[in-house]
Amino acid sequence: MHSSGAPFWLKAAAIGGLMFMHIPILLIFVYAFTTEDRSYQWPPPGLTLDWFAVTWNRSDVWAALGLSLRVAAISTVIALILGTLCAAAVSRTKFFGRETISLLVILPIALPGIITGISLRSAFNLADIPFSFWTIVLGHATFCVVVVYNNAVARFRRTSGSLVEASMDLGANSFQTFRYVILPNISTALLAGGMLAFALSFDEVIVTTFTAGQQQTLPIWMLEELVRPRQRPVTNVVAMVVVLVTFLPILGAYYLTRGTDTVAGQGK
Amino acid sequence: MTEAVRFKGVSRHFGEVRAVDAVDMVVGEGEFFAMLGPSGSGKTTCLRLIAGFERPTAGQIDIFGESSANVPPYKRHVNTVFQDYALFPHLNVLDNVAYGLMIAGMGKRERHHLAEEALELVALPGYGSRKPSALSGGQRQRVALARALVNKPKVLLLDEPLGALDLKLREQMQEELKALQRQLGITFVFVTHDQGEALSMGDRVAVFNEGRIAQVGPPEEIYFRPQVPFVAEFVGSSNLFDPALMERLSGIAEYATVRPEAVRVHPNGSTQGHPAKVTSTSFLGTSSRVVMNLDGTRLTALLPKGADIPEPGATVIATWEAADLHIMNGAVVGAAGEAHNG
Amino acid sequence: MADLAVRSASKEASPTWLERVSDAFWRRPGLLLAVLLAPPLLWLGVVYLGSLFALLAHSFFSIDEFSGVIVYEFTLSTYAELFAPAHIDIIVRTVTMAICVTIAAAIIAFPIAYYAARYAKGRWKALFYLGVMLPLWSSYLVKVYSWKLILAREGILNWLFETLHLTWLLEAYLAIPLIGGNSLSVSSTGTFLVFVYVWLPFMILPIQAALERVPVTMLEASSDLGAAPAQTLRHVLLPLALPGIVAGSIFTFSLTLGDYIIPQIVGSSRRFIGQAVYAYQGTAGNIPLAAAFAVIPIIIMAIYLWLAKRKGAFDAL
Repeated sequence: MHSSGAPFWLKAAAIGGLMFMHIPILLIFVYAFTTEDRSYQWPPPGLTLDWFAVTWNRSDVWAALGLSLRVAAISTVIALILGTLCAAAVSRTKFFGRETISLLVILPIALPGIITGISLRSAFNLADIPFSFWTIVLGHATFCVVVVYNNAVARFRRTSGSLVEASMDLGANSFQTFRYVILPNISTALLAGGMLAFALSFDEVIVTTFTAGQQQTLPIWMLEELVRPRQRPVTNVVAMVVVLVTFLPILGAYYLTRGTDTVAGQGK
Repeated sequence: MTEAVRFKGVSRHFGEVRAVDAVDMVVGEGEFFAMLGPSGSGKTTCLRLIAGFERPTAGQIDIFGESSANVPPYKRHVNTVFQDYALFPHLNVLDNVAYGLMIAGMGKRERHHLAEEALELVALPGYGSRKPSALSGGQRQRVALARALVNKPKVLLLDEPLGALDLKLREQMQEELKALQRQLGITFVFVTHDQGEALSMGDRVAVFNEGRIAQVGPPEEIYFRPQVPFVAEFVGSSNLFDPALMERLSGIAEYATVRPEAVRVHPNGSTQGHPAKVTSTSFLGTSSRVVMNLDGTRLTALLPKGADIPEPGATVIATWEAADLHIMNGAVVGAAGEAHNG
Repeated sequence: MADLAVRSASKEASPTWLERVSDAFWRRPGLLLAVLLAPPLLWLGVVYLGSLFALLAHSFFSIDEFSGVIVYEFTLSTYAELFAPAHIDIIVRTVTMAICVTIAAAIIAFPIAYYAARYAKGRWKALFYLGVMLPLWSSYLVKVYSWKLILAREGILNWLFETLHLTWLLEAYLAIPLIGGNSLSVSSTGTFLVFVYVWLPFMILPIQAALERVPVTMLEASSDLGAAPAQTLRHVLLPLALPGIVAGSIFTFSLTLGDYIIPQIVGSSRRFIGQAVYAYQGTAGNIPLAAAFAVIPIIIMAIYLWLAKRKGAFDAL
């Protein structure tokens, strides 16, 4: 027994709670195979693989997926650069206003998404910026910074400060030190942060609805289907694919930061 | 003797804190120079100033006669052994040692060869393929040493390198370091808070207190002839008499010290001397320690094996030879800076 | 000293511009800091703070009732509109929902967090960790969608009640005004369930972090001093977990206040703050009123954070 001494009620409540969290997601997988296409009938009258083929041939799904992947990729790159720079500044040096900067980085995710969304919408309106691919990226990169930042700060904190001094002492200038010492030591944390940022961006809907205009990212496509269901079976398949696509980076990030003192993704 | 390092009125302030305060000192080439002091006394900051990790707020540091004011750490022919060793966790031992040579642009084969030689020098041949995390504390210490030495620095800086080792290993490493320094002839600047370590290893010792050098000189001088009360108290467990007590004892109103092994204890009334009351005694193996109260001042005597040990509470007569009473000359206290090889 | 010569040769050859920059970084540590901080500060300062400022500015503008065009003049009339009974109703409903969701999430989260912190070891610990992290990070929309499937009239929950011959119980419950409705998927109870489900992981992690810091010896000391398990829970564990619960509640509270998608997909037609913001900025084009509405969660959260800080909740984050 791994859990010697845990009272029965506690064990039951804990396992019940975990099941409460996972059963709904598992249901999605069943619905992706149902033959019923007009309602959410349970139990499914029959199982089929047909909907995968139907979904595969849907150009609107592909277009939405393509946009989501491009937005997520570029937002992740921007977040990686900004988050790493910020983490390096905050953890390497002591300066006035460090706390303020941490707060500023966390704010876009600490405040409800709708506030970030309506704020950006107001700003675009005031500055007369038309909606485009880049307005989506602008919003996504802003709230993705914190994920990279949290992972990088945690790693910097664990990396002894004297490593940088040791490298300088042995003849390496700032850039060589970054290339040969800092980067190898924070790379897994950055990879984990980048994966989580990607997952966060890929999945985001609230801010996106305010910054996307007429374009459809995959979550926006799904939202439309949820509000006005037209293609239930296709939605089911897309939902399952989204679950699988987001699970991979999360599992990856977990294995990359396993055994360290921080919990990957606590910033979400 | 050539000067390896010279501090000219060097200060390093962190806001209000004067970590190093107008220090003048000279380290000679080939010297084993120990910087001793309690934590926060400025000794480590001095070391970091030499390495270039800190820049002086005021004053100038010359390294082999050249000003280091605009020379960043990576251009100084100075290498450091860090207190926490600072071995790169992502590199194996051989690549750790070869790091400085790699940065200097040396080919892989040549630098690995030299790194292997350096590992032999510190008695770790064949450990190259291990990761630092797979080594013991003492082994990491040796790797850190090899990593610094392989660059053939003109000055080797050691920041409490033995602090994390247990007593037995520390004693062994003290001897090895000293032998290595003699063999290589490199200038060693060694920071420690351990008096024994500084006195046994250093050719000269600088005692730091509150950002300043309290006294600098050969170990015997530091130990037997402290110039200021701080040195007497910090180095060894000398008995320290303040001027008021000295006035009453001998009429000379100066600080003075007498070593515990020079103090003798006699039964009350048996001889002339200074009456004192025994507060405690303890058995130390080869000797016994008697702690007494001499006119309000703590007086410790170390009695050889076989001597009569008085009972606590007894009144005794304490004596010492006049030659063993070291009177600190106030004139010396002020000039605690630039003493060059006393 | 052959290799020393190598090193100095490479150093004294004409320095590259990288080397010159590196030297400058060393001479002026503030320069390095400025270079590191400038891009993120510019981005967050201009894009994010600028946007927040734009939001605030809009809330002091108004909309011309006839033309529907935004009037860029300072006015408090938009804020005055918030005090219309219909709007007050929306605010009260949203805050009540946030409080209920927070309490329910805390009750469900505590045993999971406690078990994971105290009893789970090794492989079980990893399992619990992933068991919380995967739902936390998996798609928000998919999670909402799954509840649409569950709560649908022909869905699994109704089927379950039917199979157990308890349909009468469900119908009796749905007949209760305010929390009931035509079916679970259009009732406030449905909205509440989805909110609790979606925000639950945000409550578990901080509580677990707080409980991890309670040494086992402290619980042993409590039972050693004669406390029954229930008393230990009441007098030792809960007070120590409280900062974690407060930290978690910041998330559940803030997220519920700002959400507009969940009540839109699962719930009655009665609106929440988020829906009001979305509706006013969208079809109505009334960005000023939407902005003023968005300021409400900010104010509520500011008060909440201030209270939480006094409880020491940020140490558990």
